[in-house]
Amino acid sequence: MEEALVNWSRGQFALTAMYHWLFVPLTLGLSFIMAIMETIYYKTGNEKWKKTTQFWMTLFGINFAIGVATGIILEFEFGTNWSNYSWFVGDIFGTPLAVEGIMAFFLESTFIAVMFFGWDKVSKKFHLVSTWLVALGSNLSALWILVANAWMQHPVGMHFNLDTARNEMGNFWEVLLNPTAVDKFLHTISSGYVIGALFVTGISAWYLLNNRHIRFAKKSMMIAAVFGIVSSLFIVVTGDSSGHHISRTQPMKLAAMEGLYEGQEGADLVAIGVLNPNKTLTNDEDAFHFKIAFPRLLSLLAERDADAFVPGMNDLVYGNEEQNIPPTSEKIRKGDMAIQAIKDYREAKENNNDSLAGVHLEKFNKFYHNMGYGYFEDEKEVVPPVALTFYSFHVMVALGFLFVLLFILVIWNTMNDTILSKRYLLKAAVWAIPFGYLASMLGWVVSEVGRQPWTIQDLLPVKMSTSHISTGNVQTTFWIFAVLFTILLIAELSIMIRQIKIGPK
Amino acid sequence: MSFFRKAWHLYADGFKNLGPVGKKLWLIILIKLFIMFAILRLFFFPDVLEKNFSSDEERSKHIINEITKQ
Repeated sequence: MEEALVNWSRGQFALTAMYHWLFVPLTLGLSFIMAIMETIYYKTGNEKWKKTTQFWMTLFGINFAIGVATGIILEFEFGTNWSNYSWFVGDIFGTPLAVEGIMAFFLESTFIAVMFFGWDKVSKKFHLVSTWLVALGSNLSALWILVANAWMQHPVGMHFNLDTARNEMGNFWEVLLNPTAVDKFLHTISSGYVIGALFVTGISAWYLLNNRHIRFAKKSMMIAAVFGIVSSLFIVVTGDSSGHHISRTQPMKLAAMEGLYEGQEGADLVAIGVLNPNKTLTNDEDAFHFKIAFPRLLSLLAERDADAFVPGMNDLVYGNEEQNIPPTSEKIRKGDMAIQAIKDYREAKENNNDSLAGVHLEKFNKFYHNMGYGYFEDEKEVVPPVALTFYSFHVMVALGFLFVLLFILVIWNTMNDTILSKRYLLKAAVWAIPFGYLASMLGWVVSEVGRQPWTIQDLLPVKMSTSHISTGNVQTTFWIFAVLFTILLIAELSIMIRQIKIGPK
Repeated sequence: MSFFRKAWHLYADGFKNLGPVGKKLWLIILIKLFIMFAILRLFFFPDVLEKNFSSDEERSKHIINEITKQ
């Protein structure tokens, strides 16, 4: 496949997915914060809590309206730019996306109307239930998308049908309960909760800085900060679990995240580091110009044993006999055999030789899990962009811990009624909003760039996934999307900022 | 009032009493959906396999050719 076409298709998907993701996490997090606020209103009957809920609901509505349907563009791209991939994944991707469509439509769109139009028209209880169902519905929508994405990172529960050239779902529950899916779902939605919490904390801080709506801002801030700290702790737990699973399913990604070239027993976890850009797989230069690391923590995270061996990129590319890690060249050979088995199977079928076709099918099934390697000419192709993966991961983690500190300080000062005098903290809370988005985006960069060169881990590389279309077409639509999404973002920001300036009624 | 009548009134009153922000957001949603479905989907994003092949058998054959040529 033409390299420029693959790169533009990849760039276009990254652009649209990241713009789409600008809108999603706030929906996930803010919906629960609103639901908590409305629950307090329901319990206390205090009208101020109703006004508080309604204000955050308006901002939720702006974000929801601007973001709604931006994900559909990704589905357009599957059919046009990624037709090989779309056919190859078969119903594995289609089923979760269909469930997502139905759930999003029925849960979100039905109850969101009650949530916005139903104040004083339906009972308080029904309204509260609707708000909670919007929160649950939006989170359940995310579940199905993330299940599909997790399958690409760790394909399970399927078999490849050589007659239709499609993967077929063999076990729905295996796909749904794929450990990668469970981790990805919990980690991603909790990152959305943190963004929701940062958003409410930051805007409340802005009101406090301007001496406006002080009671409202303090109460909102307290709820958001508590929600944020609980979500942050949950992120740490799910992040740890993700790291543990990645070490088993995508060890190359983990090695890139840590800039680990040579495998080690008792491997250190880099806290802060500057990579040496001249380091390659084969030269003897140091991987880092500078680093501070936690001793043996990477082994503990990856293998739950502080002395365990964690493979580096060199071990995974060239093999490590002592650790029983096969070289990539061997996987390339097996991949070639899988691809050859497909050809032989088709030929046998065309000649109506079913018994010979059966032999080739058996051979294919034996090597299918390495099939994607057969498309590589050079074993080094399996290494993802190390610097981008490494820095994205470390900046994301550092920001995550800064948010924990921020939430703790906000809770402490709000409880002690000293928050108004801590202007540096209030300013930091406002600035934390864009950094929350940055951290969330970087999380996706780690996930998606770190799994390169694969579209579907070990089965289909990106270069085999695209359609034969003109690069010019992809470039044109890339710029159309860039303009369209930028306009939407500007619209969101201007309407949102205006509404924030107006403040709660 | 029946359930369906109540639901209808909820939606009808809700849309009738939309504030300026709500109206603006609905306008943005409609323009966005128009651009997505009536322009982008129609003119820029055909389903390549649907367009170029007339049966699933042909599509399968094409993908097999794609994934076996090296």
